[in-house]
Amino acid sequence: MATIAPTHGTPELAENRVNYLNVEHGWKSWLFTTDHKRIAVLYLISITLMFFVGGLMAVLFRINLLEPEGIFAPETYNRLFSAHGIIMVFFFLVPSIPATLANFLIPIMVGAKDLAFPRINLLSWYIYVIGAFLTLYAVIRGGVDTGWTFYAPYSSTYSNSYVLAAAFGVFTAGFSSILTGLNFIVTVHKMRAPGMTWSRLPLFVWSNYATGLIQVLGTPVLAITLLLLAFERIAHVGIFDPNIGGDPILFQHLFWFYSHPAVYIMILPGMGVISEIVSCFSQKRIFGYNFVAFSSMAIAVLSFVVWGHHMFVTGESMYTSLAFSFLSFMVAVPSAIKVFNWTATMYKGSISFDTPMLYAFGFIGLFTIGGLTGLYLAALGTDVATHGTYFIVAHFHYVMVGGMVMAFVGGLHFWWPKITGRMYPESWAKFAALIIFIGFNLTFFPQFILGYLGMPRRYHAYPPEFQALNVLSSAGASILGVGYVIPMVYLLWSLKYGKKAGPNPYNAKGLEWTIPSPPTTFNFDVTPVVTEEAYNYGELEEIVG
Amino acid sequence: MAEALVPAGQEEAAAEETHLRHHFATPEQQMDASTLGMWTFLITEVLFFGGMFTAYAIYRNMYPGAFASTSRYMDVVLGGTNTAVLICSSLTMALSVRAAQLSRRKDVIRFLILTMIFGTAFLVIKGFEYHSKWVEHLVPGFNFSYEPVYYQQHAQILFFLYFCMTGMHALHMIVGLGLLTYLLVQSWRGVFHSNYYSPVEMIGLYWHFVDIVWIFLFPLLYLIGHRG
Repeated sequence: MATIAPTHGTPELAENRVNYLNVEHGWKSWLFTTDHKRIAVLYLISITLMFFVGGLMAVLFRINLLEPEGIFAPETYNRLFSAHGIIMVFFFLVPSIPATLANFLIPIMVGAKDLAFPRINLLSWYIYVIGAFLTLYAVIRGGVDTGWTFYAPYSSTYSNSYVLAAAFGVFTAGFSSILTGLNFIVTVHKMRAPGMTWSRLPLFVWSNYATGLIQVLGTPVLAITLLLLAFERIAHVGIFDPNIGGDPILFQHLFWFYSHPAVYIMILPGMGVISEIVSCFSQKRIFGYNFVAFSSMAIAVLSFVVWGHHMFVTGESMYTSLAFSFLSFMVAVPSAIKVFNWTATMYKGSISFDTPMLYAFGFIGLFTIGGLTGLYLAALGTDVATHGTYFIVAHFHYVMVGGMVMAFVGGLHFWWPKITGRMYPESWAKFAALIIFIGFNLTFFPQFILGYLGMPRRYHAYPPEFQALNVLSSAGASILGVGYVIPMVYLLWSLKYGKKAGPNPYNAKGLEWTIPSPPTTFNFDVTPVVTEEAYNYGELEEIVG
Repeated sequence: MAEALVPAGQEEAAAEETHLRHHFATPEQQMDASTLGMWTFLITEVLFFGGMFTAYAIYRNMYPGAFASTSRYMDVVLGGTNTAVLICSSLTMALSVRAAQLSRRKDVIRFLILTMIFGTAFLVIKGFEYHSKWVEHLVPGFNFSYEPVYYQQHAQILFFLYFCMTGMHALHMIVGLGLLTYLLVQSWRGVFHSNYYSPVEMIGLYWHFVDIVWIFLFPLLYLIGHRG
């Protein structure tokens, strides 16, 4: 596809074409839209705002940890890290890729005009916004001090903070997640274009399909758990309160039955993004397509049988712990399959180091560290020693931030030309990717050491000998913060001044690259007929080979 | 296919008749999508109630005596009547779906009204039960004192679960009655016929699901101590 270099000031013909962004104007055309692409943009704006609110909390408590005795009051510190966790998990990471990139791309990738239930898709955004407001209300009124896990009876009997508002916020946002997952499942099953067989689906679709299954099966359990918690708090009786014979461990079981699968909601879509990016910038078919696709499904299934590894020190029986430990090790297998297959895809590929690929490299390295340290925590002996320390914090930030956020930012760059029709500035983007990578490692690697040395998480103060590593971590956090602000600035800048992108600026495969950027409202003028497998970069290999 | 020869005007009229939304290719695809969507939604409902059933199973196992002792406060006659009422409502719901498939508008309306009467009857009876629980001081947290006192704490857990489970079920019934009202208005307008009846069928599925939840709730909550 030859891209016409646009001369400044004289819009080319494609510029005048109607697309989903300029087809209608005014706030009503956005707030009442049922176009999956516009809803994706609405979600993108909302979750970015929440990301910066959650990030601000992190900045504040990292400042607190500069001094061994802390700078803020202990109460303030507790509320800061709780707000950070709740906002980042439920209002950024869970909806991050599914509600934005996948919402935008899944209908296009399967060759459909929209998701199966466009109005439900819009409803899910409204529900998300209501949930976000409830939670922000709780934060503004003074926050919650329970941690993001809402463990009973901290959250029911003993907390004086705004637990109800925050719990209802999370409860509400859960339904938005359920509706998104439901929409994806039905779309992938029923809306595929002629010739788009299951084995021709892009891996991004597979991973979001697996995510949808987890969202649909896990989230309702979180909903009922939070509801029981709310009843217990309102009526001052309940089933988690040990004073009347209730069992607080039951809360943990129910909570982790959702929240462990939820960590795969927070990584599987990222893996899908990496599959697309690695294959495109290696100009090579993904290695072992079937294995990568089925490893997503395997992760989704296994995710539901490993929750007990969060509870090794709650006194659950040794045999239960053994089983959960074994099953947790099993999850490493499909995860490793993905990492090996991405590496094998790059082998003898025609690799280019565009910005999305830099994020993919970052993802593979950091996710591998996050995943391997997960094995330490799946092992009973090491988990008992490192439980509740900064080792855990470092581990899941390597997966969640080093993995998912890297994939999200990488994917956002990769599909930015498709979403907006404009290219991001390449050198700034590379610079930001580097800053984020350095800032991230500086923030979280010291936490592995701190945790190993025994510094417990969730305390506002610590022994003075840990100060050097804590200062290092806080310094890294400030670099990381700058790293996230830079893309924010240049991506907004690119909306007006960015180089115009053709339909396929990266010479990538996939239906989304066959239509104009930005796409028209119904994506395809004629329903596409798919005749080839995904990632058919074959012709190029012949030229090279 | 002959479809290609149909003039554009007729095609639009056909789309109008089957309420085909723009992003679906055929009415069959639209129907398939709705069905799968509804079943997936019902699975989420199963897991939602599943949390409470899990709690029930665990505490019944921990405190079998206290749980069994509550059965003398449960009104099996009213509960049993409600079970029968709900089963009847499921029958009339199924009949109204069938009537919609056969384009029998009057029958659709008749059976929908019957279903709503049964549904309302269920809620009224449930209301009487809740009232008698309040009178007998069996509402945990607000108004609870229990005989024998020995079981008071643990029986309170059962009554907590009783109100959560039947309350959630009643909430689903109320939502269901709202949906049935919508169906009634739509069928009054003559929207449903043999080529377009998926809302009747989908809401029917929901209604049957809510009934099935009750089929599990009734023996678990009312018949604990009635073993032989």
